[in-house]
Amino acid sequence: MPDADAILSPAFDVLRVREDFPILSRSVHARKGKPGKPLVYLDSGASAQKPRQVIQAMTRFLEEDYSNIHRGVHFLSQTATDQFEAVRIKVARFINAPSDRCVVFTRSSTEAINLVAASYGRTFLNEGDEVILSIMEHHANIVPWQLLQAEKKIVIKVVPCDDDGVLDLDAYRDLLSDRTKLVAITHCSNVLGTVTPAKTIAALAHERGVPVLFDGSQAVVHGPVDVQDIDADFYVFTAHKLYGPTGLGVLYGKYDLLKRMPPYQGGGDMIESVSFAGTTFKPPPSRFEAGTPPITEVIGLGAAIDYIESLGREAIAAHEHDLLQYATQQLSQVSGLRIIGTAPGKGPIISFALDGVHPHDVGTIVDQYGVAVRVGRHCAEPLAERFEVGPTVRASFGLYNTRAEADALVESLLAVKEFFGA
Amino acid sequence: MMDDLRELYQEVILDHGKNPRNFRHPDDSNRQAKGENPMCGDRFMVYLTLKDGVIEDVAFQGRGCAISTASASMMTELVRGKTAAEAETLFATFHDLCTKDDDEQGDHGPVDEDSREKLMVMSGVRQFPVRVKCATLAWHAMNAALHGQDSASSDQF
Repeated sequence: MPDADAILSPAFDVLRVREDFPILSRSVHARKGKPGKPLVYLDSGASAQKPRQVIQAMTRFLEEDYSNIHRGVHFLSQTATDQFEAVRIKVARFINAPSDRCVVFTRSSTEAINLVAASYGRTFLNEGDEVILSIMEHHANIVPWQLLQAEKKIVIKVVPCDDDGVLDLDAYRDLLSDRTKLVAITHCSNVLGTVTPAKTIAALAHERGVPVLFDGSQAVVHGPVDVQDIDADFYVFTAHKLYGPTGLGVLYGKYDLLKRMPPYQGGGDMIESVSFAGTTFKPPPSRFEAGTPPITEVIGLGAAIDYIESLGREAIAAHEHDLLQYATQQLSQVSGLRIIGTAPGKGPIISFALDGVHPHDVGTIVDQYGVAVRVGRHCAEPLAERFEVGPTVRASFGLYNTRAEADALVESLLAVKEFFGA
Repeated sequence: MMDDLRELYQEVILDHGKNPRNFRHPDDSNRQAKGENPMCGDRFMVYLTLKDGVIEDVAFQGRGCAISTASASMMTELVRGKTAAEAETLFATFHDLCTKDDDEQGDHGPVDEDSREKLMVMSGVRQFPVRVKCATLAWHAMNAALHGQDSASSDQF
């Protein structure tokens, strides 16, 4: 790595940070005694790598404190429960939720959205009611609403975006009506990087008394999120993109909404009493956490939040912004490369198409140079149609990436072009 | 490393990928099947003109990567004029070449030397398991069309 990285980001010592991530020191494609290529991991938008602090916290918990929670009177159960619930408080603070009672643990962002669609949607939405989504949604924030549409005959409206990938707020205003019963929009597009004006989106919906759900899976990774400032009614994100473990998502909901919602799944841990004459349910968040939760993963998420806060969320955002600027500038010099998504203030996600070369071929070739990128339609097919690009290549940057890695991406793309004579 | 890439993207593949042969929709085709890879969005339509058990014409249209386009193009050249049974033999032989080591490949019937050589060109894909579906996509569609089905999805390969 060139010294430039250390000099250009004095507030954020990325080379030091990289030492926290064991996987980043490995190489790929080593074989027959030949050394491999250093890993250049530019796929954090799909899933982020984990710092040693997270790995060790989970290992320590499993080795020393593991037990089921919320039900034992024994020592370990109490210890594990205390640590588990402490993370709920930590998560609430992380997104500035008014109370940890507003924080529901789920298996994923996807499950969190399905929970709202199934519980809130089935209860409060009826035939002809409208749900407003945007063109840049991940399938996770499209399909749950389509399932509800099939069941309840609701109507789905879609907010378009312009050629830069900026959400069309005028169109959004026009779509809002007396028929609108819910708005569900991403806070940061996983393809374009566009950060949506969450506060404005919520304020406009609230003028009509309409609740708003934000998919914060990408947004929460790249900068501070304050659910009270946004005035989000629901906010979802996932641990594994936030340098934490897989199998764990978070649903934030305003408490007065959550307490009006029926259970999503039934089982243990969410009931007050069970009899065949009738069962009563616990208040939120327990009501929505049927069965044994991913306990160790919650501990891991707590460690991930501690880690992020130790580096400083503003410092991380500044570092990632520098990477985005630098990589955009370098990629723009590659002839025939078209960046999809150029909204001002976007997150560190760069999707692009390369003239004359299919993204799958790009992905295979840059991989041989150690560069890991995502190729395809990124679980957002309607957006691919909108930009008439079909599949694209996506480089997504995390807190551990460097300018040198952006250079490695560009070099590997030049090799692709040479290969194909493009 | 680069040797593997060169083996995957041989000149003939780059050529067929850029200038696919039989890239058209024949007026008199009587069988057609769509081949789709949901993972990457690659999508081909393969058209057959099947008369008295012989593939008199074969063509394709659609959008895909260099590997899938080249493989589709070469497929059309290989199965034209063959009987349905001969085309199936080519497909099974090709499938083994792409997915199995040399000593595990079965005998699916006689394949002439020239055809085998052409099939071998694509077998570099074996070193890139995620790309096997690209190489076999149009072949699956051709096979589906032969059997009177209207689609083949890489989910089922």
